[in-house]
Amino acid sequence: MSNIKDFLLNDFFVTGEPMIYMADVSIVLVTIAIFVVLTYFKKWKWLWKEWLTTVDHKKIGIMYILAALAMLFRGGIDALLMRVQLTAPNLKFLDAQHYNEIFTTHGTIMILFMAMPFLIGLINVAMPLQIGARDVAFPYLNAISFWLFFVGAMLFNLSFVIGGSPDAGWTSYTPLAEKALDPGVGENYYLLGLQLAGIGTLASGVNFVVTILKMRAPGMTLMRMPMFTWSTLITSVIIVFAFPVLTVALAMLTIDRLFGGHFFTATAGGMPMMWTNLFWIWGHPEVYIVILPAFGIFSDIISTFAGKKLFGYHVMVYSMVAISVLSFLVWTHHFFTMGSGAAVNSVFGISTMAISVPTGVKIFNWLLTMHRSKIRFTVANLWSLAFIPNFVIGGVTGVMLAVAAADYQYHNSYFLIAHFHNVLIAGTVFACFAGLTYWWPKMFGHVLNERLGKWTFWIFVIGYNVCFLPQYWLGFMGMTRRTYTYPSGLGWMPLNVISTVGGFLMGIGFMIMVYNVYYSARYGKRDTTGDPWNGRTLEWATTSPAAEYNFANVPEVRDQDAFWEMKKSNRVKEWLNQPIKDIHMPNNSGRPIIMAFFFFVAGFGLTFEWIWVGAIGLFGVLITMVLRSFENDTGHHIHKEEVERTEREAGRIS
Amino acid sequence: MKHMKTSIKLIVLSVIFLLLLTGCDVPVLQPQGPVAEQQYHLILWSIFLMLFVIVVVFVLFGVIVFKYRASRKNTDDYDPEKEGSRKLEFTWTIIPIIIVIMLAIPMTITTYDLEKNPSPEKKPYVVNVTSAQWKWLFSYPEDGIESVNVLHVPADRPVKFVMTSEGAMNSFWIPALGGQKYTMNNMTTKLYLEADKPGTYLGKAANFNGKYFAHMNFNVIAQDQKDFNNWVKKVKSTSPKLTMDQYNQLIKPSVVKVKTYSSYPKELDEKMKKNMDMMNMGNSKSKEKDQDKDKDMDMSKDMDMSGMKGDKSHE
Amino acid sequence: MSQSHSLNNQTPLEYSTEDGRLKIFGFWVFLGAEIILFSCLFASYMVYLHRTAGGPTPDDLFNVKEFMTETFLLLTSSFTCGLATHELRRHNKTGVIIWFIITLILGLGFVGMEAHEFVDYVGEGAKMSTSAFLTGFFTLVGTHGCHVSLGILWIIGILIQTARTGINPVTARKLFIVGLYWHFLDVVWVFIFTVVYLTGMVL
Repeated sequence: MSNIKDFLLNDFFVTGEPMIYMADVSIVLVTIAIFVVLTYFKKWKWLWKEWLTTVDHKKIGIMYILAALAMLFRGGIDALLMRVQLTAPNLKFLDAQHYNEIFTTHGTIMILFMAMPFLIGLINVAMPLQIGARDVAFPYLNAISFWLFFVGAMLFNLSFVIGGSPDAGWTSYTPLAEKALDPGVGENYYLLGLQLAGIGTLASGVNFVVTILKMRAPGMTLMRMPMFTWSTLITSVIIVFAFPVLTVALAMLTIDRLFGGHFFTATAGGMPMMWTNLFWIWGHPEVYIVILPAFGIFSDIISTFAGKKLFGYHVMVYSMVAISVLSFLVWTHHFFTMGSGAAVNSVFGISTMAISVPTGVKIFNWLLTMHRSKIRFTVANLWSLAFIPNFVIGGVTGVMLAVAAADYQYHNSYFLIAHFHNVLIAGTVFACFAGLTYWWPKMFGHVLNERLGKWTFWIFVIGYNVCFLPQYWLGFMGMTRRTYTYPSGLGWMPLNVISTVGGFLMGIGFMIMVYNVYYSARYGKRDTTGDPWNGRTLEWATTSPAAEYNFANVPEVRDQDAFWEMKKSNRVKEWLNQPIKDIHMPNNSGRPIIMAFFFFVAGFGLTFEWIWVGAIGLFGVLITMVLRSFENDTGHHIHKEEVERTEREAGRIS
Repeated sequence: MKHMKTSIKLIVLSVIFLLLLTGCDVPVLQPQGPVAEQQYHLILWSIFLMLFVIVVVFVLFGVIVFKYRASRKNTDDYDPEKEGSRKLEFTWTIIPIIIVIMLAIPMTITTYDLEKNPSPEKKPYVVNVTSAQWKWLFSYPEDGIESVNVLHVPADRPVKFVMTSEGAMNSFWIPALGGQKYTMNNMTTKLYLEADKPGTYLGKAANFNGKYFAHMNFNVIAQDQKDFNNWVKKVKSTSPKLTMDQYNQLIKPSVVKVKTYSSYPKELDEKMKKNMDMMNMGNSKSKEKDQDKDKDMDMSKDMDMSGMKGDKSHE
Repeated sequence: MSQSHSLNNQTPLEYSTEDGRLKIFGFWVFLGAEIILFSCLFASYMVYLHRTAGGPTPDDLFNVKEFMTETFLLLTSSFTCGLATHELRRHNKTGVIIWFIITLILGLGFVGMEAHEFVDYVGEGAKMSTSAFLTGFFTLVGTHGCHVSLGILWIIGILIQTARTGINPVTARKLFIVGLYWHFLDVVWVFIFTVVYLTGMVL
């Protein structure tokens, strides 16, 4: 008995930290609150039937985005804690161990559990609508992808209260992350949480590739696809080629930690450098996985709110293809300082700089899209416009970092930190916020309040610059990343204070956005037309929110900007009044969430190296797969009378 | 041409302005040796090219966004079906390529140069560097002494660092003297640096290696050859010897004060040599070291780098 | 998504529905990802080939007769699997089942021999934790072995379904896909045979 108690208090639950106890209490309270609310309003059945078992791409997209926002909150709190700790030299707000855990979880969560799911959520919401499809190619698999990501994220976050968080950085470099130097379960959480989410992402990639290549509306050739769909296609191809590398790297480190392997150990012939290489062979394409969809979002939004065709459509596509190819050829620039030799460093320096060429072309094409246009400064467009100058700063500092010999002076300094926050926030985060505002009416049937949105925009963008521009200078002053404190007398404090202020401004901006969600749900303008922005692409051709079947009739595409062309040639009415047929749709299923639960059990068991729990979990997964295989699920039909009724209620047919 | 000159002036002025604003050391931009100097020139050149890009994009952005706002008076120039322009797109493909070439050539030259002795006419002084959790160990094979968490080098003479790591990887960085390089277990890396004149510079660990990584700052003390020799003599006559047992104790996870030793065990040189041989073979057999994690260490004393003179440090 | 189950003689049954076409194409994309996965394992195995840390070398371990037999079993099973697909095109349910059962037996033989081989190695003190080379070896060959084992379970499941419902667009699609998977594993084995066993014996 005392053994068990000992284990629970010393190894299982994280103890001794007021912040952890606060987290424990709030987790329990939130869980109880959710239970009470759901029971009181009798919403359990609704939750299960409408959401947890759904295979509808739009609902899955919304769940992705909600989870990503929650992760943005968690990662943001991590960031603010770090900023507070670094405000002044020798602060004792966080101790070393705690700080190390927080920067590790901040990085991992922001990249893998915030940026990527946010974008995959937007892809799920918009991409099938943009190509005039009724759903993705494999709706059931899509649900599995989401739930795998979700349990991966939950498993990772659980480390905060049970067992201890990972503390070797989001890059988890070996041999530091090996068992000999990091014996706790924290790293196991990292490995298994990422592994689960990674498998889900890989499945998403396959799903999107097939959807886009095989399910486009008649007449939509590849070169007529909206730019966001193009970016999704290219991103998905990168996912299919890059994620297996992560799978292998994580599996290898898991083998080392759990089964005594020697892939990355410093003994028995292991090669710590191998991890660094594998990690970045995945890691650099990963950067483009989170930036290319952002480019797609900006392209669509800028062109919509300019009321003008995208400038140089073909070149925009070719440049994305070029970027995706180059993204696999630059990975060693993450460790120029590892002494790979001048030849290797020069080659990879040049290949890295080469990425700036297609990216630069895109920047100028976006600018020229607005030339002789009519720019409307809506919130969605403001984020997209702010992207251009802010991303250019991140881009040019990226080129500076690519200069191998100079990189020796930037590597792992705050110059690097400022650079990648500049590209990831001005690129990915701005795109997430832009896309969220842009597609919000398509998801929920009302627009977000513009005035509150502008407050968020200005506070966040100003805060972001105040936070990160000083960090370039801190890098020049010699401040290195991942340092939980710094000595006095180096003159680093003033800039750190400014940076912290900026961080909090971003936090305030985010809180206003959350309030805006609530405010707009109550008072926001309802969108009855389905086309609140005078859109150009097919998602605006259907109702807001889109019906389960997306389109009563699949539209015929005759040009780029398909919906724009339909409106221009007055085909919309004629299209809406085409005779409606029965529509075949996939059935909901509770199995994806159950399968993900078993994955979670397996992941949790392996984290604590309870192999038998892991085996039980994996057996459960196998059983759910067999059950699926033996199921005779042919979907269901929505009868044409029902479709006609829905369309009539939306005022689309008389 | 005139435009370019004014731009350069502008950069230099703004750099100086910012320097004044902070009133502190900005070692990367105040190089104290030929290596950092080369990197500094490369950095300035890249900043200059990149500022050109920024100015072009920002001006274009400002003009376009202002001029083509939907609320403007005259929208006769609205041209919604414009497809693109081969000529323009060609232009902004070519210009970045030219910029990349202008940057790639000096980059390649400098990258190759940095592999070599920065002052080939002088014989480099060799220092063996070992990073451990969480301290730096420096052996001076020419003089047979050892120092911990402080590095003494002769000024105006190139120093060749031969580097390795016990356990986790790290990165050895002296911003004022030049860029960093990783230290890795069972491997050696080489780095040349040189200090132009005597002085005390900030030394950094740049790659996270565990709990007390932040406490791995060290002082780099460059002295002219005479003072350096005196220091060596002093260490030899007053400091204790470093035995292998003490060494094995030292590399265990801990934070330690500045230390000097009058000698170090021969095994360390052999180990370094073996690492060098093993770089290509990779057939390592080094024994597993027991890594008992840090026992509660007293981290109460604050770090202070303001009085960076001599043997004063954090603990 | 709604597509008539048109049966004409030109299109094979598994391609006759939209669902079938999507899933087969999707599986090809998935195999692309699998290729990357195995490439990484091969690449790392090659890197670790000589990092034996004083433990057994490939030359000490590999037994020519054993891995030749394994190769023979798996290659033959790929051939019988191809014959099953041939019977599938002829809509011959019995033929499909018989050839797949032969495939299964050969596959089981392969997995059994591999398991035996692994147990032998461990008995000789060549464990996963002995050296980086052995970690790489067990991971690469073991991953392939796991794939084959999963394939065996998968084939059994689909054979039961075929026996129950006969050859129709759904079972045809499933049989075709599992056939693709089996051939893919065979190709991977050819590389393992060359890169691991032959190279190991020569170098």
